[in-house]
Amino acid sequence: MFEIVKKRALADNIVEFVVKAPRIAKHCEPGQFVIVKEEDQTERIPLTICDFDRKAGTITLVIQIVGRATEKLCQLNQGEYIAHVTGPLGKPSEFVTMDPEELKKKRLLFVAGGLGAAPVYPQVRWAHDHGIPVDVIVGAKTKDILILEDEMKDVCDNLYITTDDGSYGYHGLVTGKLEELVKNDGKKYTDVIAIGPMIMMKFAALKTKELGIPTVVSLNPIMVDGTGMCGACRVLVDGKVKFACVDGPEFDAHKVDFDQAMQRQRLYKTEEGRARLAQIEQDTHHGGCGICSEVK
Amino acid sequence: MALNLKRVPVAEQDPKVRAHNFEEVCLGYTQEEAIEEAKRCLNCKKPKCMTGCPVEINIPAFIAQVAEGNIEEAYKIISESSSLPAVCGRVCPQENQCEGVCVLGNKGDAVSIGRIERFVADWACANGIHPATDIKPNGRKVAVIGAGPAGLTCAGDLARRGYDVTIFEALHEPGGVLVYGIPEFRLPKEKVVAKEVDNVRNLGVKIETDVVAGHALTVEELLGEEGFDAVFIGSGAGLPRFMNIPGELANGVLSANEYLTRNNLMRAYAGGDTPIVHGKRCVVVGGGNVAMDSARTALRLGAETYIVYRRSMEELPARAEEVHHAQEEGIIFDLLTNPVEILEAEDGWVRGIRCIRMELGEPDESGRRRPIEIPGSEFEIPCDEVIMALGTSPNPLIPSTTKGLDTNRRQCIIADEATGQTSKEGVFAGGDAVTGAATVILAMGAGKKAAKGIDDYLNRKEAEKAEQTEA
Ligand SMILES: Cc1cc2nc3c(=O)[nH]c(=O)nc-3n(C[C@H](O)[C@H](O)[C@H](O)COP(=O)(O)OP(=O)(O)OC[C@H]3O[C@@H](n4cnc5c(N)ncnc54)[C@H](O)[C@@H]3O)c2cc1C
Ligand SMILES: Cc1cc2nc3c(=O)[nH]c(=O)nc-3n(C[C@H](O)[C@H](O)[C@H](O)COP(=O)(O)OP(=O)(O)OC[C@H]3O[C@@H](n4cnc5c(N)ncnc54)[C@H](O)[C@@H]3O)c2cc1C
Ligand code: SF4
Ligand code: SF4
Ligand code: FES
Repeated sequence: MFEIVKKRALADNIVEFVVKAPRIAKHCEPGQFVIVKEEDQTERIPLTICDFDRKAGTITLVIQIVGRATEKLCQLNQGEYIAHVTGPLGKPSEFVTMDPEELKKKRLLFVAGGLGAAPVYPQVRWAHDHGIPVDVIVGAKTKDILILEDEMKDVCDNLYITTDDGSYGYHGLVTGKLEELVKNDGKKYTDVIAIGPMIMMKFAALKTKELGIPTVVSLNPIMVDGTGMCGACRVLVDGKVKFACVDGPEFDAHKVDFDQAMQRQRLYKTEEGRARLAQIEQDTHHGGCGICSEVK
Repeated sequence: MALNLKRVPVAEQDPKVRAHNFEEVCLGYTQEEAIEEAKRCLNCKKPKCMTGCPVEINIPAFIAQVAEGNIEEAYKIISESSSLPAVCGRVCPQENQCEGVCVLGNKGDAVSIGRIERFVADWACANGIHPATDIKPNGRKVAVIGAGPAGLTCAGDLARRGYDVTIFEALHEPGGVLVYGIPEFRLPKEKVVAKEVDNVRNLGVKIETDVVAGHALTVEELLGEEGFDAVFIGSGAGLPRFMNIPGELANGVLSANEYLTRNNLMRAYAGGDTPIVHGKRCVVVGGGNVAMDSARTALRLGAETYIVYRRSMEELPARAEEVHHAQEEGIIFDLLTNPVEILEAEDGWVRGIRCIRMELGEPDESGRRRPIEIPGSEFEIPCDEVIMALGTSPNPLIPSTTKGLDTNRRQCIIADEATGQTSKEGVFAGGDAVTGAATVILAMGAGKKAAKGIDDYLNRKEAEKAEQTEA
């Protein structure tokens, strides 16, 4: 049993939990995830570890309600318990294990779409704590669903907000801002880390490929066990089949077959989940690419 | 006494009925039937049957008790050697183990050892009888990784010797393949597996679920700050294989592990929240127990189901009984057939599988005749679901996070067959993690040997220490 020591609403349909999980808090690194199961008979839900406190033995999860399992989970309150939390799963972000001297030469840009701000946050803070210059673009559909703005500001050099409807910050998509920073403002980034809806990562990857900046994305395919046992999380990277839960979840964005990954992600989505996801992804990206509207 | 060469038949659910439910197929012996069958045993002086049982159950002794109607006595005898008799009585490949070497088998039917064992275990459970628990703690702590048959057996045996044992299990429920792989209709989860796991807990064994060793905990930490005197690794062989043929990423193509885990561990068939593919026509690739279980599950979930296997009926590695049951239920066997490509519809869903016919050539290194493709014999089976049941290999996670733990080129942990000792001091291993995918009873046998190996090792260590302090 894992106690929820703190709960807060970050936006409509987005909840933050601080959960007591000492073994996980002791070993986790940025980039890893956990699998949460609210009670014995509910679905296993993969969730990124958005923050952790080794001393307090807690991890922070940020959950967007998209279907039945996430909805049930988010109904739990502070002081209540989650039946199962397993992790840390997956590989830590590559730069966590990099040579410090190499790292010092980096100029990082994080691109977060929607909920992606949550998993991006600990990585930004980590880089900041290690003295690496780091900028962040956070994109949201509209101002009201922007999350973790203040927290992010404190741990990066420059924070750029974009909203699809222009209600706050730059009016447009994260990819537009990215291009502007590099082409107009003369910003030089050695690496981009993009985390958000699959479709956003796809277009961010296309943009950075054009701009010639190495890019990492964190994939969120369907998972069951999260330990390499089922193969549900298979993704195609550089023409090879990888298991995202053990080989990832972070991969070289320019080698990921996003269309394949998006097709597989649709496999088990419930009608209600699909409807919500289509709404989330389409609205963030105007559905301009045509892929969202194909969602069955 | 005249030899009785015919075994007492066992009641089974009608194939037509059971093809639509997940209730147990084999209903087991009644007490009268068990006693009648037990009376066939010759109580051999040199019982061949025991040489076929990896955990060395005293078979003639327990069967003699059953013949006398002393079921509780029989249970005690079995419990001395096995902590999971209700499981083994159901899923052991008896025809290759104990029953395969029973002397009666030379002239007629071998004694139905498995079914009698199952009866005894079920009877004990129904009557609330548990294995004896008069245990004197010896103050030593052992950690066991993995709550499958190997880990549970090792833990149970160590607990009986007085050890303080904790099992760390990655999934949310203990049992290993017994809960996630083998379906309800062969091995009921609540009625059988959970009860046998409880029996292990009753010996004082603690089970901590949701702990992935290698991620949340390392072997070094267990031996260090966590204060364990030894570690047993029984992490199984859970990594699924795929064929690496075109189209394998299409939606509707999945590993048997995923399919069975969704259905069994996550209870998809019983209204659990986990979604599962309900195909109209399902092709299962493979010929082992895993393939039979996947096919019979797909059938029960409403699909017309095919088994595609590249060798012939004789080489099917599955238990004879499972093949027989699958045929009775109406699974179609496409033997001497091998997939070459999976065909994908425009929406990304599988629409069929392209196969090639095979013939058997010369025997290969495994002694089985090697299947060879017949040129130009390709054909298609239209389907909307493909399950790959091609075998599994051990997960590299623990070896890759444990310094000095050697593996072979099949990713199996190298361990001494007699003691379970690995290349790393204080670390033992057994079961599928060492042998690659095998059987429940072999995993249990390995767990048992390792329990003894650990006991001997720690006794030796203590003796050495005592010598040193004396000197
Ligand atoms: C590595 C990883 C990290 C993730 N991190 C987060 C996070 O930090 N916060 C967060 O809110 N969400 C995260 N997700 C997505 C989250 O797991 C899904 O939104 C959730 O499983 C949906 O479950 P549901 O039953 O509520 O939705 P439904 O749509 O009802 O789901 C039905 C089924 O589809 C699957 N599914 C649906 N959407 C997804 C998805 N996007 N990814 C994977 N499987 C899906 C689920 O397994 C479920 O069985 C992550 C996913 C992965 C793989
Ligand atoms: C579908 C299917 C049907 C089968 N049918 C039969 C049959 O009829 N008869 C028969 O004899 N055999 C059968 N087998 C084979 C048999 O089940 C296995 O050989 C046996 O379960 C192996 O036992 P084990 O304890 O070594 O491993 P497992 O049963 O695989 O258990 C290993 C356990 O370790 C856990 N684990 C793995 N990694 C970690 C980690 N890093 N940290 C913590 N825990 C971890 C796993 O979650 C699992 O619970 C079947 C197998 C399958 C898949
Ligand atoms: S445990 Fe298996 S091999 Fe041993 S006697 Fe029982 S059925 Fe036979
Ligand atoms: S070999 Fe057969 S007949 Fe002889 S003791 Fe064993 S079960 Fe009985
Ligand atoms: S989630 Fe099962 S193998 Fe990755």
